[in-house]
Amino acid sequence: MADQGKVDPMHQFEVQKMFDMFHVGNHEVAFTTSAMWMLIAGLLLWVFMIGGMKRQLVPGRWQVAVEGFTGFISSMMNANIGPEGRKYTPYVFSLFMFILMLNVIGLMPLGLFGVHPFTVTSHFTITGFLAILSFSIVLIVGFWRHGLHFFSLFVPHGTPWWLLWLIPVIELVSFLVRPFSLALRLFVAMTAGHVLMKVFASFIIDGIAAGPAVGLGVGIPSMALMVGISGLELLVAGIQAYVFALLTSLYLNDAVNLH
Amino acid sequence: MPQISQFAESWYAASQIFWVLLTFGFVFFVIGRGMLPKIEATVDARDRKVADDLAAAKAAHAAADNLEESYRQQSDASRAAAQKAVTDAKDKAAKDAEKRLAKVDAELSDKLSAAEADVNAARTSAMAEIESVAAEAAGDLVAKLSGVKVAAADAKAAVKAVLHG
Repeated sequence: MADQGKVDPMHQFEVQKMFDMFHVGNHEVAFTTSAMWMLIAGLLLWVFMIGGMKRQLVPGRWQVAVEGFTGFISSMMNANIGPEGRKYTPYVFSLFMFILMLNVIGLMPLGLFGVHPFTVTSHFTITGFLAILSFSIVLIVGFWRHGLHFFSLFVPHGTPWWLLWLIPVIELVSFLVRPFSLALRLFVAMTAGHVLMKVFASFIIDGIAAGPAVGLGVGIPSMALMVGISGLELLVAGIQAYVFALLTSLYLNDAVNLH
Repeated sequence: MPQISQFAESWYAASQIFWVLLTFGFVFFVIGRGMLPKIEATVDARDRKVADDLAAAKAAHAAADNLEESYRQQSDASRAAAQKAVTDAKDKAAKDAEKRLAKVDAELSDKLSAAEADVNAARTSAMAEIESVAAEAAGDLVAKLSGVKVAAADAKAAVKAVLHG
């Protein structure tokens, strides 16, 4: 932190308690910065979607933007699951838009206005919750539709009989790893990107502290890199939201169509 | 790493889960289930309308093509009929003209041969008259010169011999 004379790149991930609310057992539920940014993301998303609710035959720009997002997810669901995928579009769309909004808000240069944005998706409590939710839906849908036959997912077509002792074990492990990989991928990508940017920012501050020559020599390349990395991070924000939604749709496809 | 170290604080995990449940629940129920189906319905309705309009346009195009084709056939047929009528009329007119010409030709040749016959008759009668007049004159001449009376028939024979060589 600045008052310790150096920048701590991990400080940005700290959830600050804003005020207490109530207790559940011996756990305290508080309103936090994380909660505030999730609420803001939800509200912004809601406002964005309202613009798509004009339902005109010939859409305006805003409606086209909203329909672009909905069409993107619907066509992805249609391609990965088929016509039955429509049932799960609301869930995957909510997932995609919520994660995308949280990722992008975390990158906004709100510090210029004295507000410190917080990247909610850099916490695996959040990404883990969403991953377990997706995984649970896959399990519920799978067992609901196929009963115990769902276990045939672990025996892919064309497995030779003499490998039947090994393949299901590998398939089971890869299946059980899914929620972890889903949660960790997003959490790690967000955390790493923000740490990287904070480190480059600290290069500039430390360089300036070391004198004008070092400040210019280190600061200008660092700044140039940060501009590039910021663009890259925006891309990553979109890609990670897309990957989360895409993998959820692929897992749902397993549960719906069972290969 | 605060993501791990903050688990030590009793409020961290509970607050995170509570708020993500609340906000994602809002997003899912209000936006995902409330608004998304309406937007998808709008898109579907538009797609259907576009497809219907395209189909209608295609049908109209085909109808126009058929109409044009039948119009073309009709105009071809009527042109052929007109051409046939013109040819027929031309043929008929030519035949009529030929017939009339032949008739006129025949009339003319009849008239010509009648006139020729008349001329011949006139010429023979004139010749006969000349013979009789010449015979008479010859008889008179002989009588005046020699006092010999020549019979008319002899005179005639003599004149005939002279005239016809």
